Amino acid sequence: MTTTSVPPVVLRGARPLGGEAADVVLADGVIREIAAPGAAAVPEGAVEIAADGHVLLPGLVDLHTHLREPGREDAETVASGTRAAAAGGFTAVHAMANTSPVADTAGVVEQVWRLGQEAGWVDVHPVGAVTVGLDGERLAELGAMADSAARVRVFSDDGRCVHDPILMRRALEYVKAFDGVVAQHAQEPRLTEGAQMNEGVVSAEIGLAGWPAVAEEAIIARDVLLAEHVGSRLHVCHLSTAGSVEIVRWAKGRGIDVTAEVTPHHLILTDELARTYDPTFKVNPPLRTAADVEAVRAGLADGTIDIVATDHAPHTREDKDCEWGAAAFGMTGLETALSVVQATMVDAGRLTWADVARVMSANPARIGRIDGTQGRPVAVGEPANLTLVDPSATRTVDGAAQATASGNTPFAGRELPGRVVATFLRGRATVADGAPVAAPAPAAARGGVR
Amino acid sequence: MRHLLSTADLAKDEAIELLDTAAQMAATQSREIKKLPTLRGRTVVNLFFEDSTRTRISFETAAKRLSADVINFSAKGSSVSKGESLKDTALTLHAMGADAVVVRHWASGAPYQLAHAGWLDAAVLNAGDGTHMHPTQALLDAYTIRRHLGGRGGGLRRGGDDGVGADLAGLRVAIVGDVLHSRVARANVRLLRTLGAEVTLVAPPTLLPVGVESWPCRTSYDLDATLADWQPDAVMMLRVQRERMSGGAGAFFPSPLEYTRYFGLDARRLAVLPPHSIVMHPGPMNRGLEISAEAADSERAVIVEQVANGVAVRMAALYLLLSGTTEGTAL
Repeated sequence: MTTTSVPPVVLRGARPLGGEAADVVLADGVIREIAAPGAAAVPEGAVEIAADGHVLLPGLVDLHTHLREPGREDAETVASGTRAAAAGGFTAVHAMANTSPVADTAGVVEQVWRLGQEAGWVDVHPVGAVTVGLDGERLAELGAMADSAARVRVFSDDGRCVHDPILMRRALEYVKAFDGVVAQHAQEPRLTEGAQMNEGVVSAEIGLAGWPAVAEEAIIARDVLLAEHVGSRLHVCHLSTAGSVEIVRWAKGRGIDVTAEVTPHHLILTDELARTYDPTFKVNPPLRTAADVEAVRAGLADGTIDIVATDHAPHTREDKDCEWGAAAFGMTGLETALSVVQATMVDAGRLTWADVARVMSANPARIGRIDGTQGRPVAVGEPANLTLVDPSATRTVDGAAQATASGNTPFAGRELPGRVVATFLRGRATVADGAPVAAPAPAAARGGVR
Repeated sequence: MRHLLSTADLAKDEAIELLDTAAQMAATQSREIKKLPTLRGRTVVNLFFEDSTRTRISFETAAKRLSADVINFSAKGSSVSKGESLKDTALTLHAMGADAVVVRHWASGAPYQLAHAGWLDAAVLNAGDGTHMHPTQALLDAYTIRRHLGGRGGGLRRGGDDGVGADLAGLRVAIVGDVLHSRVARANVRLLRTLGAEVTLVAPPTLLPVGVESWPCRTSYDLDATLADWQPDAVMMLRVQRERMSGGAGAFFPSPLEYTRYFGLDARRLAVLPPHSIVMHPGPMNRGLEISAEAADSERAVIVEQVANGVAVRMAALYLLLSGTTEGTAL
């Protein structure tokens, strides 16, 4: 795909990282100029966008997205999921490996990578499975996935935990050869058999089998020690408990190379919602207590938690319109993530917009080793992967109106602050006026043959 | 009262109204003709996603004694096993014009979903959901306790006085056994507390849920001490499921023998109780495990009476749900 056909853009009065208003010129896929309002040299034929008061962020990077393709195209496709990502302000996503077939070979990760290229909404970076079929029994061909066209650097059995300690050790060691990282879904399986929700006061009362915090914390504690022992880097997926924050804080204090993520829903929702028995609120790890919510917010604010990742998990209606005990785990998040972070962290004075750029763009890009092109500073000469946000807007979430193919948003009917006005991928608007714009057919990538 | 889903939803006056109505229903059951015309033309569906012959028969008897048309719908299995989904079942019952749905389900919360998801406009009566609630069991237990002990604070009632209008203030009830998995225990803790009774849960620590400290009751790991020192007026023994003893490392206690040694009710423990106290069990019993034959067959045991009271309580619940009020109604 070339960028020469894309007209230049001038963002009038945008505030890079929430700072002073400026005119920002995008041309040839990069940031051409950042100048005081009215002072920029506007290229001929430039599209002008009024951005007064809007915050300009580097394009968001999600380290944890379920695009469901191949296998569950009834819930989401690469095209629909990445369109939702663009609508949420993302310019890159990491597609989790628990597809059908599992992304545990070079062939499958290249398929997902190619589908992402064809869709053209965001850069799609497939995550490779750590073990064959996510079965936790033997290593998948990690090297082949790393060397494939998809250049996989993040490996995860997400949805399942790499619970066998020797297998986890081997995986942590093996990916060092190509600077990869193991992203662990921390869930001790024996402590969570049949688990339905956070184990505590609410589960005791409403009679749903408990998923204890210790089942997450025990695995994180083991894994940081393993990472220290073999000198590897470790990424902890969707950390959800106060104890997990404490363990990661301790590990970082020891100099262990660990990074951690929190989801938007764990920043705002609690297990009290299970009282409705509405499976929309069934997610793994489960929604925790108000004390846990406060702990993950504090961890995100002080840098213990490096990133916010969506764990966007679309599900069909039939997988949610049923008994809680029979329903699938997971909720969508790409189109609400930034608003939740604004509501819980920015508007609460705990993160600046520059911090948001760090935890939702720069850090996830660095962990995924795509920081050559994504998660860059908003500066002249950098790739024009950008998100323009109107922080003063509010909107009421409507699952049916979202770009994702599934309706399982936990925020339906809720009013959230902030709105993604525009998203740019290498200078081309994937979202304009708050709505996804049809991507031009990437003729070169597709050729004449389907 | 639109639905009967959880004893936690019942205010004290509602609970007493249910018990008093049950007493009226019970009185009609000694007549030669037991059948009342009250719910003639109304349709009650017994929707059972989990086998329970006892509970189904009890509800069926109750509905038939009130002249309702009864449909038994056994929907064993679930959307998990690719059977019909809860939603489709509900839509089907709605289309057929069910007035009340009595639902037993393996999933906690399923009756709540039936009542609130908008699939159905019938009254929903929870006949036991997962490990959550079993409100009619708790009501029949409270009814049984009140008949024997209500309003007396420690003496057996005289015959012919069913304690109508009374609550259970001052009475002490010990609930013993697998509280963790028990909808009977959850339902009873709430209702007994609402009615003013004090409750102590007695179980090995493995069979008490994490979070139980927020419940309005006491807990104990020591049955002997509870019986001797606390002197309960009623002792309710819970059934121990066989599967709780298996599972190797995940078993909840070491052996049936050890369970019985510490938590079984036998003649020796019975002798420690105050003379007026009663012994209860929701059935079916594991004789020799949680309760010995001597205890189950003793004069203190009201276990068979609980079954009879179950019919009266379920008649009352169906009646109040389907006709709304008892005001001005003669049975």
